[in-house]
This record gives sequence, C-alpha cells and structure tokens, in this order.
Amino acid sequence: MINRLLSVWHARNLEFVRDRSTLLFTLVMPVMLIVGMSFVFGGQERPLFKVGVLSAAPLDKSAHPFLHERFVDFVPIASESDGLHKVTHQQIDLLLDLTHRGVTTGTGAGAGANPGAAAGAGAGAGAGAGAGANAGAGAGAGAGDPPGPPRYWVNTDSPKGYIAEKLLLASAPTARRERVTGTATRYIDWLFPGILGMNMMFSCLFGVGYVVLRYRKNGFLKRLHATPLTAFEFLSAQVLSRLCLILFVTVLLYIGIASIIHFHSAGSLLLLLVLAVLASLSMIALGLTIAARFASEELVAGLLNLLTWPMMLLSGIWFSLEGSPQWVQWLGSIFPLTHLLEAARAIMLDGAGVAQIVPHLIYLGVTAVAFLAFGAWSFRWRIE
Amino acid sequence: MTGPILEVCNLVKQYGAVTAVSDVSFRVPEGMCFGLLGPNGAGKTTTIEIMEGILSATSGEVRYRGEPLGQRFREEAGILFQKTALQDFLTVRQCLAMFRGLYDRGLEVEELIKLCALEKLAARDNRKLSGGQQQRLLLAIALVNDPALIFLDEPTTGLDPQARRNFWELIQSIKARRKTVILTTHYMEEAELLCDEIAIMDNGKIIAQGTPRKLLNEHFAEVLLELPRHEFPQAARHLPLTVIEATDRIEITTNDLDATLRTLMDARVPLQNLRIRPPNLEDLFLELTGKALRA
Repeated sequence: MINRLLSVWHARNLEFVRDRSTLLFTLVMPVMLIVGMSFVFGGQERPLFKVGVLSAAPLDKSAHPFLHERFVDFVPIASESDGLHKVTHQQIDLLLDLTHRGVTTGTGAGAGANPGAAAGAGAGAGAGAGAGANAGAGAGAGAGDPPGPPRYWVNTDSPKGYIAEKLLLASAPTARRERVTGTATRYIDWLFPGILGMNMMFSCLFGVGYVVLRYRKNGFLKRLHATPLTAFEFLSAQVLSRLCLILFVTVLLYIGIASIIHFHSAGSLLLLLVLAVLASLSMIALGLTIAARFASEELVAGLLNLLTWPMMLLSGIWFSLEGSPQWVQWLGSIFPLTHLLEAARAIMLDGAGVAQIVPHLIYLGVTAVAFLAFGAWSFRWRIE
Repeated sequence: MTGPILEVCNLVKQYGAVTAVSDVSFRVPEGMCFGLLGPNGAGKTTTIEIMEGILSATSGEVRYRGEPLGQRFREEAGILFQKTALQDFLTVRQCLAMFRGLYDRGLEVEELIKLCALEKLAARDNRKLSGGQQQRLLLAIALVNDPALIFLDEPTTGLDPQARRNFWELIQSIKARRKTVILTTHYMEEAELLCDEIAIMDNGKIIAQGTPRKLLNEHFAEVLLELPRHEFPQAARHLPLTVIEATDRIEITTNDLDATLRTLMDARVPLQNLRIRPPNLEDLFLELTGKALRA
C-alpha cells in the first residue's frame, strides 16, 4: 500500500514541479501579496480621525499648524459640496477650508464668528454663513498681512467630530465654525453594495474562467471548432449566459438582503440594473481573457486569484480607501469592481443620477469591449 | 463516383524537430469511403485533423471541392473525433439541438434520433450513455448538418464486438446515402468491410494506397499459412520460405501450397495447428508496417 501511495505521490509531485508556470506562480503569488499588502497597509501608525481639507492638491502641510497633528488623517477634498456631503454622512469627522481664508490680524472677529455659524441648521445654511463671513473679513485685508482664521464644518451629531474640533481649536482657536447635522451612513448600508459586487466578481471571473478551461480540456471546444461557430460567437454566448445568471442572482440577493436590513435605495433601481449589466460584462470578459488560452487549472486558478485578491482589498468592498496613498487609489481605479462599487454607492446611498456616474459607466463599457476583443483574439480552441 | 471532393497536396506537419506528417498527397473522390490506416504514431490522426481544418499544416494544402478549407467546408463537413466530451447535464436530444443550431441547414433532430437509433435514449443525460450509445450520439452530431463529407476518426475503438457491428451497420447506411466518408481505424476488419480505398501510413508517410483487393494482390500470393510461433523451430527460419513473424504466430505466404507443405514436413515442423487461409488487410498491415519497415 505504501508503495502505491508513494508512486502516486511521486507522480503528482513530478506533475506539479514540471508545470513550470504554475510552480512559478505558486512561489511568486504569496511574495507579491505580502509585499503589496505591506505597501498598502504597513508603515505609519493608523490615524484615529479623518479630516477633509479643502485645498489644492497635493496637500501642503505648512499651510496650517493643525495639519501637523498626529493620528489625524488629512484627506484633500476637491469641492466644498463633496466635503459637506461627507461631513453630513460622517464619512469624515471635520471639513477644514484653507482656500478661502479671510486675512485679518485680530482674533476677536474669528471667535465671534463661531457661535454665529453654529446657529446654522444644516450644511446648506452653514455654507451660506461661511460665505458671508469671508466677505466681511476680506474687506479688512491688507497686502502682506498673514492669512485669517480658517473656516471649518463639523457635524454636531458626530462624537468623533466633537473631538476633532477640540484638536483643531487647540491650534486654531479663532477658526470659524459652521455646523452641519446628519446621521452617519450605517456601515451595513455602505457594505451592502460591496457584498453584492464581490459576489458578482467571483461569479464572473471563476464561473466563466473554469467553464471555458474545462471545455478546452475535455475536448468540447475542439468539437465546437469543427463547426461554423467563431471564437467571438462562442465567447459572446458564454458572456451573455453568465450575465443572465448573475443578474438573476443579484436581483434576488438585492431583494432578499434589502428586506432583511431594511435598506431602500436613494437612487434609481433601473440605473442600478444598467450599472450591474455593464460591470458584469466587464468582469466576465476579464475572466475570459484569463481562460482564453491556458489549459492548466492551477495556473488559471492562480491568475484568477491574482485578480480577485487585489480587487477584494483595493476596490473598497470592506472599507473606503480614501486617505490611502495616491498610488493605491490609482491601482484600485484600474479594477472594474472599484467603478461598480463607487457608482453603486453613489446611486444607492446618495441618489446619484446618470450624470454623476457616467465616467464609471463609460469605463465599464469600454473595458467590457476591450477585454472581449482581446479574449477573442487570444482564444485557443484546443490544447496545443 | 465523380471528381475529388477533397485533395491533400504535399502535406507536412512538424513539431519542432519531429516530422509527424511528411509530404502526404492523395485525393478522395465524392461518394467514396476512404480509409486511412496505420499503427499508433504513424501520423494518421495529425493528417486527418489537418484535413478537418482543426490543425494547421507546416506546409502543403487541403482543398475541398477545389477550394482551400473555409466556411463552406465547415458548413458541409461532419466530424466524429476519437474522443469528445459534451456539456454536462444535457440530454441526448438537447445535445443534438445545440449542435443543430450551429448550422444553417441540416437534418431535423427527430430524424437524426431515428437515423442513429437513439429513440429510447433521447431524454437521457448524455453522461449516462454506454460507450456504443455515446458513439451513436457523436455520429448523430456529426450528421446534424447533413454533411457531404464525414470524418470518422477511429469511431469504434473501445467498443465491444456487438456495439462495433451495430456501428458498422450505421456507417453502411450513411454510405448508402451517397456520403463521402473518411475513416481512420486500427481494425482491419472494419477497413475491409467499409472502405472502398485505403491508404496505409507509417512514420508520417503513405506507404501504400489503393483498393483493399488491389493492395492484397500486389503484396501477397494466393494463400497464407499460419503456425503458432512457439511451434516453429529456430532451424526452420532459414528455409527458403516467405515468412512474416507476428507476435504470436508465423505467417508464410506462397503461391505453391504443395511445395511449401513438403518443405515444412521435410524440416520436421509440427503441422497439427497449421491454418491455411487467404490473406487479409491485417496481413498486409503487418507486412508493410511490422516487417518491411520495423524489422
């Protein structure tokens, strides 16, 4: 019995070792993951607070002493409306404006502005009050004077916002306060699109990739090659078949989970469906590019893992990558799943319309066509 | 029979330094059953796969009705590979319907089911068919487009004798419909029964071609004597006889039976298990590939 066992063990080892591409991949993959993860999540201490800064990117830390505080993650925010939205939903703890600073040498005016601004009832009111204060402060400005006190928005419903405000006032006691109110987005609501997207990703990549590989290995593709069927027709049929399945499953999951967690989409469900179609097409076609020519299950599994793991971590399924290094965000933006999740959250949580998510739709559509074209070009019917 | 439906011109296929097919040329007239025979590794499957358009040739050309293989060939050719898996969970009828959908014209699914005697199996999962049933389904799939030309690559390998005979009857019914059949096989009995013309391949080359009767007449005298190998003494191997050594027997060809028998008796060769019969394709195959080329 031992001899038989050893014979099979030895043969399997030879098979594995002689499949050089798989062996190489098996060795390289963990190293790549460790190196990648250490770049993304390693290094400095983790911040306790997240403060949005309205400022021209990249953030200039010398612009204000508050920007030197430890344990605070300062995130550049491009527009005031975007920043106010994030403060309202407690996605950031405080929004600091360093772009419209009235220049004044006195501190009394700034201190007096705080309670006045705090009387505002919401984000819109706060913004209006801030504009008025700027105009008044700007009237007294003189050339060469140091910049005046910064303006900031804080959500009075946010405990972390309360502490972040104390930190700010310690280094900028004259900063002008604008009050915002709004409850935080529930994590489960934020996570919901991520879970649906992750399920779609696995179904798209592994479902199609393995099926095509099995067809190639058992000779079914070779038999199809002897018919008038073209590679593009075959691949398109696989894409459409998987698309229908994924949409059916995703709609069922959406209905089921939404009813359990009492979730109601703020935006159009039809737009959400269009987004799901484009994202599924893009990810299925991506899976086909992997399975288009290889015949080794282990290599294809490795390559699919190489795609899915970074997507799991860098597409924002579990947590937002806002505040992570720019290159990490850039890397994440390559993946179709990132565009799906950003657009889905914009629709489901913020009620975004077509205009707000059109860049994501275009990216998903273009990648779907590009991946399918590449897959058809590189497709092999049989094992050479 | 009319002009060639398929022409193979100076076909060469190389895998690195190995030449699998070496300058092979032949023509297949329409309506003929053409057999490609050869031992394992002779290059017949490589040749037939190039003829099917599945594999590209290193050089040379295959022409269907005078034109290079193209869309018309794919529409009008039917293929039964040595080994083909179908999609899981599909019934026999669903498999046929799927392949029927790939062609513009062809036979109706129910007609195919009847033609290949699949009536009782039509609703069965294709994975639950026996070897013979599976081959009948694959033959039906090869016929979905009502092809003018059918390739059968070792269609009865692995089947039991009964299933093999049933399959031969099916192929004969296809021949009766004036279809051109190109067949590769290991079974000489099959080739003798079905083929109008055969080509024997070895080491990537065609070493003999013609009708089975013509080839037998060219290579053999009138009768063939068979003796068990272990009963044939070593000393008798030097007798002035035409001897072919098979695995388990000695074959002696002769056109003078009396003189040969006298020679064997004089050499005291035991003749209790002597068998006298006319030569067949198996003998020809052995003569050409076993003795002439490998001795």
